[in-house]
Amino acid sequence: MERQDRRIGFLSAAPIGLILLVSFLAPLLVIGIFSVMPQKVFSLLNIPDFSSYKLVFTKGYSKSLLWSFGMAMTSTGILFVICWPLAFGMAKVFKSFSLVITIAVVVTLFVSENIRLFGWVLTLMKGGLIEGHLRTWTGFTFEGALYNVPVIVFGLVYAYFPFMLFPLVQGIAMVPDDARQAASDLGASRWQVFREIDLPLSAPGIVIGGLLSFVLAAGAMAESKLLGGQTVIVIADEIETAFTYGQNWPLGSALSIILILIIGSLSVFGVSRVNLDLIMGGKRS
Amino acid sequence: MSAEPILRLENVSKRFADFFALSEINLEIQEGEFLTIVGPSGSGKTTLIRILVGIEELTEGKIWLRNTRIEQLPANLRPTCMVFQSLALFPHRSVGENIEFPLKLRKQDPKRRRARANELLDLLHLPQSFYEKRIQECSGGERQRVALARALAFDPEIIFFDEPLSALDFRLRKDLEKELKDLHQRTGKTFVYITHSLEEAMIMSDRIAIMRRGRFEQIAVADEIYARPVSRFVAEFMGEVNLFDVEGTATGGLKGDGVEIYINAGDSGHLLNLSAGMRGVLVVRPETVRFMYPGETADFIVKGVLRAEYALGSRTQYKVEAQNGDELAVEKLREDRFLGQVGDQVMLGWNVEHTHMITEG
Repeated sequence: MERQDRRIGFLSAAPIGLILLVSFLAPLLVIGIFSVMPQKVFSLLNIPDFSSYKLVFTKGYSKSLLWSFGMAMTSTGILFVICWPLAFGMAKVFKSFSLVITIAVVVTLFVSENIRLFGWVLTLMKGGLIEGHLRTWTGFTFEGALYNVPVIVFGLVYAYFPFMLFPLVQGIAMVPDDARQAASDLGASRWQVFREIDLPLSAPGIVIGGLLSFVLAAGAMAESKLLGGQTVIVIADEIETAFTYGQNWPLGSALSIILILIIGSLSVFGVSRVNLDLIMGGKRS
Repeated sequence: MSAEPILRLENVSKRFADFFALSEINLEIQEGEFLTIVGPSGSGKTTLIRILVGIEELTEGKIWLRNTRIEQLPANLRPTCMVFQSLALFPHRSVGENIEFPLKLRKQDPKRRRARANELLDLLHLPQSFYEKRIQECSGGERQRVALARALAFDPEIIFFDEPLSALDFRLRKDLEKELKDLHQRTGKTFVYITHSLEEAMIMSDRIAIMRRGRFEQIAVADEIYARPVSRFVAEFMGEVNLFDVEGTATGGLKGDGVEIYINAGDSGHLLNLSAGMRGVLVVRPETVRFMYPGETADFIVKGVLRAEYALGSRTQYKVEAQNGDELAVEKLREDRFLGQVGDQVMLGWNVEHTHMITEG
């Protein structure tokens, strides 16, 4: 009976499973093969060489990689710090008011990221909302706040805020209140409760939030382009350039593969460290 | 018991919006005592204990631990701790790490911590191999012991218990009740236990405090509460009981509805002394009521019909419908059981020494 159920389940899931598998694997495969093709070819029917990878490591692309990962890491760290108190409040304190916050945060996602970033450009640029008003009212002026690394990090933090916030709320909601109370009763200070109870017990939420915002930020391009004005070139930008202006698909593919490998192994490592069933509604047995 | 109480509560109140969960509680707990607070759900006992350990704040009042006011101290700075109803064990830590938790917070050296954890495992009859065991792999009774060991590791001045045994099955609960009492004697710590089970309270405690609607109705040793309840509520709470409304007569005697009273002002003693017109309630426990056979006499007599008989193992319980329609409970040891049948006309009697009077003014 159970075996038959399983077979029926498997069969009915097969078509969509197949489509998903193909649509996920095919592009990866194409990119993988392109990455070992000679420079600037547009066909997969060439003798493989690894010139693209050589180029990646000799032409200073590692700098872009470092910028991407560095800013992703910084923004993820900042996101964790600013989201934790809010997430804690939403999970444990605010009760029905949490819904208001949830809606407020979700509504921002209804507008495309690029448009929101342009909004920030108009706000921060010289002659924009802030500098313009300041100049009119006080006569004081400055060069605007755009085109530097901190503003890019700010953009990343702004754009990926929901991706850290909601998993954290889920994670913190899983921490039993009585475990926190018991820890405090047994002598734990607030900090110790945080470190010994909150942090480990909400780990699934932290890992998911951290991975989502890190992965998205590492592959982000709009923030560095629009807010950063290409003060620094991020890896996603390099990939786009290689595929478009550079007309060098193998180089773009090699860069992509490296990015995928790093992010992929980070994700696998992170996910393997926590029990994700818990956040999907599974029970701590 | 020393004269100086270890914990003293003065007019402790807790208000939620316009509802008083606790109203002006006064209590003294003696060092080394096993005090049980009993009450129905909603009586405020859990609120009280949470205030005492510092998880909840009081609205008004003072709490002294020896000579220190502690009501403003947060839970982590109070030298007391609590065994939660849920036990609140840390699911991400092993049994050993759970027990060591308070010691780790004090930055105690890992070797000493581990030695202490092993001592406590021994004390609670858990094998030392449990040190590495995951909490999820422990049974209910084992978890109970781990929670207790963790509380003892903290070495508190007072251990509070918030109905920790309520989730266990009957047999295990009985065993653990005795073990807890034994542990109390061996450690000499002050235990404050809350429960809604009177039996649990009677087995373990030195003193019992009966709580109702945010107040204490009576605080005394178990036997005193059983034999001399101060109110109808306590009398009924302490198990099966027969209550009779009575009134003092002008001649110094008593008259009651449905009960024939054959005592005079002289031999009733001050116990039953109601002046004329004063009302009271007679409290008679079912085991002190006997079936009367022709020729016997008693101070109080009720006539009725035997309506039901329940075998309780060592005892047998009877329901008798009195002439005025009231239902009475009688309990006899199995060897003294009544030889009649359901439906028989019976006469019940008891004497003044088994009768307690609650005056109601």
